[in-house]
Amino acid sequence: MDKVIDLQIWQMAAAYIFVLVLLVIVRAKGIKRESEIVLSSVRMTIQLIFTGYVLVYLFDNPNPIFSVLVYAAMETFAIFNIFKRMKQKLSAGLKRIIALSMFFGTTVSLLFFILVVVNVSPWYDPRYFIPIAGMLIGNSMTGISLGVSRLTDGMITNKSLVEGALMLGATPKLAAKQIVDNAFDSAILPTINSMLGMGIVFLPGMMTGQILSGTSPLTAINYQIAIMLGILGSVALTVITFVQLGYKTFFNKDSQLIIED
Amino acid sequence: MFQIIDLKYKNILDIKELEIPGQRITCIVGQSGSGKTTLLRMLNKLISPDSGKILYNDENLKEIDSIGLRRKVVMLPQTPVIFNGTIRDNLQIGLKLAEKPEAADSELLEILEKVHLKKGLDENADKLSGGEKQRLALGRVMLLKPEVLLLDEPSSALDEETEQLIIESVVEFSKRNNRTLIMVTHSKKVADTFADNIIEIKEGKVVEA
Ligand SMILES: Nc1ncnc2c1ncn2[C@@H]1O[C@H](COP(=O)(O)OP(=O)(O)OP(=O)(O)O)[C@@H](O)[C@H]1O
Ligand SMILES: [Mg+2]
Repeated sequence: MDKVIDLQIWQMAAAYIFVLVLLVIVRAKGIKRESEIVLSSVRMTIQLIFTGYVLVYLFDNPNPIFSVLVYAAMETFAIFNIFKRMKQKLSAGLKRIIALSMFFGTTVSLLFFILVVVNVSPWYDPRYFIPIAGMLIGNSMTGISLGVSRLTDGMITNKSLVEGALMLGATPKLAAKQIVDNAFDSAILPTINSMLGMGIVFLPGMMTGQILSGTSPLTAINYQIAIMLGILGSVALTVITFVQLGYKTFFNKDSQLIIED
Repeated sequence: MFQIIDLKYKNILDIKELEIPGQRITCIVGQSGSGKTTLLRMLNKLISPDSGKILYNDENLKEIDSIGLRRKVVMLPQTPVIFNGTIRDNLQIGLKLAEKPEAADSELLEILEKVHLKKGLDENADKLSGGEKQRLALGRVMLLKPEVLLLDEPSSALDEETEQLIIESVVEFSKRNNRTLIMVTHSKKVADTFADNIIEIKEGKVVEA
């Protein structure tokens, strides 16, 4: 339990056999994914090694400015990643709302988590601040991406329903209500579902990492429960902020539906 | 009631002057693609002209709150909108969207009779035929009893006999309640029989008022 096996370089290299196996399979099946597989394995390796060194440095030199900078970088990366992932064209207004909701939802949840739930002192202690921020931002990013695509698709495919409601004198809020509710629902559903299988079907990454590196499973579980609830809160807050503000960008000040086609 | 002055919209509509009288039956006729639907959407303020103005009771549409206007000037779209649920749901939703109190079942049944829809309130609206859906959507807007009804080809999916019945019924309804009815129709017979006033649109221009 207290003896952690430090992986040797050759042991790590052996893990790459999994990648080779996959490469052989896709080659045999004629699936053209080799370059993506190689690229993503290499990127994963380089990014993690780089992050490892950055974290070592940050942990040795706790500094509020560093913590906030890392936070800002993660947030920015996440927001641009959302923009990039969307198949649909996003209006400038919608992009602004996405950025605002991400920033608001994750920051409020992070502060609550750091200050109240874990009561970290000092608050910027990178050992807590950075991984927790990463988890909240990462999960909120996935949630809001779903929300954005459901809202945008919903508005486009239900254009005549929304306009039909406006023609009768509905406010944009009422006219878009069903689409907004659906978008919220489908954006938080994966997070809710993931809690169902938790601990039985799979051990979440954070806990696995902690247990492997020698933490007692009970401590790891306490953290995991707290972080799951924190993630749920952050996803919900981010997505609700997004849908409540986001639908408005599909209407102008005269309550007319504006969908560029 | 409505006055249009020097209105231009994209290259779709170009109307120098047009007046639509209140408490009358006005029919808008013209070829497919001439701009009839676009004109109705403008009166409902679903879209706004690029230039020129539309007056409603001497007030510029630009200055009137869209939602308030649409509750007085209700539009029935060319393709009927059917919401998930029963026939009752589909009638009540108009009131709900316009933030008006719900109607009693007796009132709903009365409306179904007016649009000659012989169906129960609990039947699934999705199962209705095209023409039945059209009549259900018409019933929904009649239930709102607005000052002005804008109907975009309300009888396009109906046989001639049903068409006459339905139009007669909505015309009678408007007259009795002193309402204004503006409807687009492809039927010369409907226009000749019921209209107090016929407007013909050709390539976005009014040719006859
Ligand atoms: N949003 C839009 N953008 C560009 N063109 C449009 C738009 N809406 C309508 N049009 C065009 O404007 C013209 C008039 O359309 P409109 O729907 O008003 O015709 P209509 O007289 O109602 O025809 P129909 O009898 O077939 O219903 C058409 O050529 C149509 O393609
Ligand atoms: Mg039309």
